[in-house]
Amino acid sequence: MNYTTSRRENTISPFAGAVLHISFILLALACVLPVVLVVIVSFTHNDALVNEGYRFIPEKLSSIAYESLFKDYGTIVRAYAISIGLTVIGTAVSVVLMALFAYPISRRDYPFRTFFTFVLFFTMLFHGGVVSKYIVFTQVFDLLDSYTALLLPLLIIPFNVIIMRTFFQSTIHPALIESARIDGAGEFRVFFRIVLPLSLPVLATMGLLGMIVFWNDWFNALLFIRTEEKYPLQYLMLRVLNDVQFLRANVQLAAQNPELMRNLPNESLQMAFAVVGMGPILLVYPFFQKFFIKGLTVGAVKG
Amino acid sequence: MFYIIVLQGGLTYTEINREERTHVRERTGIALFIHNLWKFRFLTLMLLPALAVLIINNYMPMFGVFIAFKNINYIDGIFGSPWVGFTNFEFLFNSGSIWRITRNTVGYSLAFMVVNTVLSVAIAIAINELRGRLAKTYQTFLIMPYFLSMIVVGYLAYAFLNTDKGFLNSTFLGWFGIDPVSWYSEKAYWPYILILVNAWKNVGIGAVIYIAAIAGIDNEYYEAAVIDGATKWKQTVHITLPLIQPIIVILTILSMGSVFNSDFGLFYQVPMDSGALYPVTDTVDTYVYRVLIELNDIGMSSAAALAQSVLGFILVLLTNSAVRRINKEQALF
Repeated sequence: MNYTTSRRENTISPFAGAVLHISFILLALACVLPVVLVVIVSFTHNDALVNEGYRFIPEKLSSIAYESLFKDYGTIVRAYAISIGLTVIGTAVSVVLMALFAYPISRRDYPFRTFFTFVLFFTMLFHGGVVSKYIVFTQVFDLLDSYTALLLPLLIIPFNVIIMRTFFQSTIHPALIESARIDGAGEFRVFFRIVLPLSLPVLATMGLLGMIVFWNDWFNALLFIRTEEKYPLQYLMLRVLNDVQFLRANVQLAAQNPELMRNLPNESLQMAFAVVGMGPILLVYPFFQKFFIKGLTVGAVKG
Repeated sequence: MFYIIVLQGGLTYTEINREERTHVRERTGIALFIHNLWKFRFLTLMLLPALAVLIINNYMPMFGVFIAFKNINYIDGIFGSPWVGFTNFEFLFNSGSIWRITRNTVGYSLAFMVVNTVLSVAIAIAINELRGRLAKTYQTFLIMPYFLSMIVVGYLAYAFLNTDKGFLNSTFLGWFGIDPVSWYSEKAYWPYILILVNAWKNVGIGAVIYIAAIAGIDNEYYEAAVIDGATKWKQTVHITLPLIQPIIVILTILSMGSVFNSDFGLFYQVPMDSGALYPVTDTVDTYVYRVLIELNDIGMSSAAALAQSVLGFILVLLTNSAVRRINKEQALF
């Protein structure tokens, strides 16, 4: 975002400025404090949790949650590996496929661009709904319990393809493509040697968006994954939170299974799970967000 | 692997060029179509893989909506199962949930739309006044929640709302001498909680688009306004808002199409799928999921899903034509 282009002669009064700054500091705190609380709870000693509940300043700290989390590391490492694998493969395939679709429909000389743009656009207007998708995936393609069912639904995001198309249209001058074609380059060569290298900002943005979508996805796992060994991280986190919550709420059931109750992860362990789950995104995010904002606003013009 | 193969294919460019030179006379109809099909075959080839994905993800489920009119059983399969007309819809309407899930879905969608748009625009205008390094820092914080999954958001909400130990009950309410609240079974609070959580997650990212739009406004408007003695407030009302109005309209149309859709994670995971809260948290999406996976009732869930899709589709068309009538420029299609 280039603020200097919109710099105005008139600025707000120092008082109004101070009020705005204070409001934004409060808003920024509201955004991070929940995360901070979860991190602190994950480091809180169980005694402190029992005595005083979740606090921002606990009376006793402990790293036992992380120790027990990594003592039984098999499950979590596997879930991590699955999530990383899905994210890497999914993002790479998704960006390439979307670019390959966006480029032809960005070419003004391509006679079928209107048709294929409509094919893409229509998917944004009408959805078959989750049930028929479930039936198609499980009955027609037999994808129940397979990783393909976690990748496929997220590969093409129509709105992002439109953003890419708009980017290609506005950044890559037709004359450039024309001259490369006259010099004897084929369509694929033009695309990979000229169009893609010039489109790195939008590709990076789509890559980041894709990473977040694949990393954060759990809905498809909820629908399609049945085997515990195949749970990606986010879905494992869901199960850890919900199953424990379910057992706590059902005292009767817990009374019948004292063994189960004893092995129930305590609350700092649950929160440690949450921290481990959001960690990568929070680490990567500060470096990518500028790129992300740029790409998002570059292509988001009506086309 | 795929590109390497097609890259080699792409090198047969001389053919196309020669063909272009020889056929200069006008082609029409099918001849032109076939000519174009051949001439642009590499571009078409490029979009085929993504087209296949679209067909599997979007078009096959679209045609799959006919299951709403069938009584699916696994012995006969999808195609062999008997047609039952509108029976599934009758069941759906007689189930008594239809009013509840429709009201919740539409009500929350509209509330989110209004709250998020107002807050996003307000934040965008304010950030644009501040500018500079600090403004960017604020923005960085504000869009952070957007990057967290709904599962994580569910955990964050749980840290506050947990009945025994959550921050609200154990600490915050105590400051004001208020008794602890059993959050996950008191439905009265949830409309506010859901609107708050949704705004927390999405307002920051929503503001990004408006910030870009405001930054793109020509400075001359403001300079002229200052000469005429307009205050900041007047500039905002008479210059900034009218000039970003087209973007507000377009984004509203886009979200109108999903008024019958809800963020499944928000309504399923944040209230922890708590049965006591269903009256205010159950939406079409959570209902369809529950009926499909937990009750295994394909008929009723597909009927609900189809109703959702059709209503959503009609709504986009209606909104767009309404916008077209007011201002053709601003219509989406």
